[in-house]
Amino acid sequence: MSSDQSFISINDVSLRYKPQGGDEGTLAVDELNLRVEKGEFVAVVGPSGCGKSTLMKLATGLHFPTTGSVRIDGDEVKGPVKIAGMAFQNPVMLPWRKTADNILLPLEIVQPHRRQMRSNKEQYRKLADELLASVGLEGAGSQYPWQLSGGMQQRASLCRALIHEPELLMLDEPFAALDAFTREELWCVIRDLQAEKGFTTILVTHDLREAVFLADRIFVMSARPGRILVERTVDIDRPRELDLLYEKFFVDIVHELRGHIAEARK
Amino acid sequence: MRIDWVKAAPWICTIGLFVVWELAVRLLGIAEFILPTPTAIFLATVEFWSALVNNSFQTLWTTLAGFGIAVVFGLGLGLFIGWNKTIYAGLYPLMVGFNSIPKVAVVPILVLWFGTGWIPAVLTAFLISFFPIVVNVATGLATIEPEMEDVLRALGAKKLDIMTKVGIPRSLPYFFGSLKVAITLAFIGSVLSETIAANKGLGHMMLTAQANFEVPLVFACLIALAIEGIGMYAIMAWLEMRMTGWAHRSGFAR
Repeated sequence: MSSDQSFISINDVSLRYKPQGGDEGTLAVDELNLRVEKGEFVAVVGPSGCGKSTLMKLATGLHFPTTGSVRIDGDEVKGPVKIAGMAFQNPVMLPWRKTADNILLPLEIVQPHRRQMRSNKEQYRKLADELLASVGLEGAGSQYPWQLSGGMQQRASLCRALIHEPELLMLDEPFAALDAFTREELWCVIRDLQAEKGFTTILVTHDLREAVFLADRIFVMSARPGRILVERTVDIDRPRELDLLYEKFFVDIVHELRGHIAEARK
Repeated sequence: MRIDWVKAAPWICTIGLFVVWELAVRLLGIAEFILPTPTAIFLATVEFWSALVNNSFQTLWTTLAGFGIAVVFGLGLGLFIGWNKTIYAGLYPLMVGFNSIPKVAVVPILVLWFGTGWIPAVLTAFLISFFPIVVNVATGLATIEPEMEDVLRALGAKKLDIMTKVGIPRSLPYFFGSLKVAITLAFIGSVLSETIAANKGLGHMMLTAQANFEVPLVFACLIALAIEGIGMYAIMAWLEMRMTGWAHRSGFAR
């Protein structure tokens, strides 16, 4: 298969962070190879400090490889990709904006919305409200983000990542700071959104059950410098329900991955 | 009727201070030219009312003029410094150095350049008060969450977008907080300059009264200074609450 057919292709990439002192720097990832197809849900797991976040920055054009190449839709990434929405462990909402205005923030940056923002304000506001309703936050748009609970803020942060209908959704441990029940609820939220809208998703996580529940394919990364050790396809039919978490074949996949991670930590 | 002690506390303490003062001076028999009683100060205030008002206005406007320049300049320099790490690294030591110079040592130079009068007072007020504004604005910009920056940069946001959407609103609480400090410093600056080289203003009036041994009038000037200082501080504190109420959502200080 030619690499150019994949939506995202990362080819033999290494990235070295150069500190200001001028010494060698740290090699964050090395010989990194990864393909993601359009509409696919991919999870990346690995020991902490393995360069998972670096992978996110490479795929969104925030960092460029020291060697190798990153391609999206066949084109070499030379700058911020502009097709990505991002959500992090910390929801980072702007406290001086109401939740709806926080969600509309990306539209104030990307074209063509940026141009139309002023004239179509009403329409965009409606879009934000609909999106909020789809993650179970009806009417929260008129509240300030700090009036919402952690789980609600994280839902709002997902809305902000999706408002400009990105082709690519990047999730960097978005549920890590939530309690177990809220986390499982949000797994279902993201599962349903992805099924409905079909965006390509890369989820960086250290929760193996989360990875197996959500992803079509899972990549296990090695300790620093990070590269892909194992690629595991999760052939569980969709839509997936939370009951799966207690099925033997589900638990087996989790155990298998845990084994790989233990290996990677050595 | 129940008494709200928190609201009453400032009045009780202020009145209490003057009562204790009055009693102490009378009981200990302290001479008026050492420490006058509050009543003597009050009488001096009434006697020299129009001169006090005139000089207070002089001090007020030189302070506000210096403070105004400091706000414009401080905001500009703060944004400039916060814009870029290299600019920050280059200018910060210079600013700390400049700020370390006691401004009382600068006034003679200002007098040399501009003569005595209101110009040194305005300039001293400006020089002493811009530093906290610069530092606070620059700090607000420097503490933008990296995740927020990533979200916007990945969408192709320019540095200016990040500044206007995130950086500047974010640094506003720091900015308004710094105004409270800056106005107090500006006040110190203008009075300092007036006591050294001026023919008007509360600082000058105090010096003249002291030379004439009008000790109650010296204290009346001090109290006028205190009232002016409290007034300006209160306006800045109100402005801060008004403009950046979102940043004061914690109930911690209530």
